[in-house]
Amino acid sequence: MEVILQNLTKKFPSRDRKNRRDVIAVNDFTFQIPDGRLIGLLGPSGCGKSTTLNLISGLVKPTSGRIFFGKDDVTDLPPEHRGIGLVFQNYALYPHLTVRQNITFPLENLKGKDKLSRAEMLEKALGAAKLVQIEELMDRKPGELSGGQQQRVAIARALVKRPKVLLLDEPLSNLDARLRLQTREEIKRIQRETGITTIFVTHDQEEAMSISDMIVVMKDGVVQQIGKPQEVYDNPVNLFVARFLGTPPVNVFEGCVRDGRLYIGQDAVLEITRPSEINVNIEAEANGDAQAAAERKSGKNMNVSAGRKIADGNVYAAIRPEGFRLQEDGPLHCELDGVEVMGRDISVVSRNRASLNLTIRSIIGTENMDRILSMERSAVKNSTGEDADMKQWASGNYADTRQQSPGMYAERGKRDRDNIVRFGLIPRKVFLFDRESEQRIYFEAVRHGG
Amino acid sequence: MKKKWNSGSLKAWLYLLPAILFLGVFMVYPLIDVFVYSFEEGYNSASQTYYGVGTYNYSYVLHDPYFLQAVKNTFLLVIITVPLSTGIALLISVGLHSVTPLRNLFQTVYFLPYVTNTLAVGLVFMILFKKTAYSDGFINLLISWFGGSSVDFIDGPYWAKMFVLCFYTIWVVMPFKILILTGALSSVNQEYYNAARVDGTSKFRIFRRITLPMISPMIFYLVITGFIGAFKAYSDAVALFGTDLNAAGMNTIVGYVYDMLYGDSGGYPSYASAAAIILFAIVLTITCINLLASNKKVHY
Repeated sequence: MEVILQNLTKKFPSRDRKNRRDVIAVNDFTFQIPDGRLIGLLGPSGCGKSTTLNLISGLVKPTSGRIFFGKDDVTDLPPEHRGIGLVFQNYALYPHLTVRQNITFPLENLKGKDKLSRAEMLEKALGAAKLVQIEELMDRKPGELSGGQQQRVAIARALVKRPKVLLLDEPLSNLDARLRLQTREEIKRIQRETGITTIFVTHDQEEAMSISDMIVVMKDGVVQQIGKPQEVYDNPVNLFVARFLGTPPVNVFEGCVRDGRLYIGQDAVLEITRPSEINVNIEAEANGDAQAAAERKSGKNMNVSAGRKIADGNVYAAIRPEGFRLQEDGPLHCELDGVEVMGRDISVVSRNRASLNLTIRSIIGTENMDRILSMERSAVKNSTGEDADMKQWASGNYADTRQQSPGMYAERGKRDRDNIVRFGLIPRKVFLFDRESEQRIYFEAVRHGG
Repeated sequence: MKKKWNSGSLKAWLYLLPAILFLGVFMVYPLIDVFVYSFEEGYNSASQTYYGVGTYNYSYVLHDPYFLQAVKNTFLLVIITVPLSTGIALLISVGLHSVTPLRNLFQTVYFLPYVTNTLAVGLVFMILFKKTAYSDGFINLLISWFGGSSVDFIDGPYWAKMFVLCFYTIWVVMPFKILILTGALSSVNQEYYNAARVDGTSKFRIFRRITLPMISPMIFYLVITGFIGAFKAYSDAVALFGTDLNAAGMNTIVGYVYDMLYGDSGGYPSYASAAAIILFAIVLTITCINLLASNKKVHY
């Protein structure tokens, strides 16, 4: 079932006596959720994502705007007539009923021609239980189940009536890390098997990225960006989205554009121009957001003074951890802080005055392992003159030394100005944002010599 | 290690000592004493003498028509008022829970009987129900409006007196029950109701299948304390019918015990003790039955 949200807005009256302004939990949310997809509503806590879910479920009435399920306007329908299944954050399993009774509970409410016989109910309950693989737990009470099992029971209960739309409110937040990984795969599998349009709310970007077909990033009740997870990651429309997605987080620098060059501190790191018209439109369309495209066009006009040159000014430059390339003559100079070897790749921790993050974290393929390690070795030798550290990272747990004496680092940085690591940047992993509006400034890197 | 534990437990006992002493002197000792008195025939508290030891006191009490009347009254009172007051309190609390405007006002109004004095309220009830040479009382006025014939509720037929006593008892115990139940209702997580709403559960079914089991521990608590309270009723009867309850035929077991000790026919601590022990046995039995029955119905 397709779910269409039109200008959905929800205001809550303010409880604050001094500040009588309404709290706008959801502001003008317009989105068409395609049939049979898994959608992640993503945002920091308090951004209105749960309210959006409750609006779709019908537990909360919108202040304005309409909600359609397919062709039917369900805005004024109570939740029980919308044909939804809802999984609550704390599962809301009835503690006094067994798992079987919990799952059959929604079926027992059916009246008239939908009324089922006891045997049919049990059969359906068993079917739902099998789908989430809890059929051997049917006679237990919720209190006797682990968190993950309770979660499955809650999903089975939501699915047993074959809802048109399945809504999950922070489905994984009460599970431990390992179970979370497992359960998110499970949710994806169940969604694929049933083909039910599923909307889930999460504040964990990794969770949303990993299983959603599409993610909706929200902040303060306003939708920031909608798109496929990879697209949103590769092409954030503003600084908030760029920072919110990705672990390790994006590295943000205060930079400026001068004469078609991007400067971070004193380093001219990239030569950039305004992208050709076509590219912008394609990007906008890929994001499925005509409004954002229009905004971007107008924003672009501000940034363009003549030809394809990007206007001079202060910007934020956000660079994904994988956007750094270790390069002997790379333009970006950073002070090396440490190297963390994590098997698959290495993470280089460094510092730069212009960085907004405390440390810059860049992920480098293992092919550079020897070089960076030798740099690191000499750095440690130069600054401390001791071999203790060397022994430690030789034994493979170098990361520990950083925790041992954080003070040592500051000292080392002071003493060792020539302890510099140089990076080249991968242009498509670099995003520029206006310093004022924090909106994306699109650019194209100028390539020299092919 | 062992020594440490010992000193720790010594400390614990030391902390418990005041409570243990207090309970021992004022609860356990009197209880045992009453038990002893109940087997001492013709005990005189002034001279501290008795004729002999045996079960005569019990036999006397159990054959005393006043005692049998008191037992009958008490049982009627318990059977009628405990379920009714709990049920009505539940209805009112559910009502209170579902109205938002003026909820605090209603809560205060319903709680007022709890803070008013039993005897004063008894007086008001007497005025409402009593029939005198000058007036029929407010309730009889109402009855005659609806075409019934007036009844003397205070000095009239047994059923009328019983009705007033039950009505009064229910009215007095209700506020506490409402207070407890509204508290219990508001402690039920709203998510359960939301979940039930999404599943299209009817209001009645939500109440029966979700609300009731969720607050069952509190209901159980009220039933147990209600039973015990009703078995120990006395002041209510005095407030309505005066101190000579035996003559009015409205005595309760506790009233009988009191009369045996201090009443006009009093001065028989042995009989009083025997009656008190019988009451204790009855309450204990009923409470045990309650506990056993509740195991199946109460969800913690």
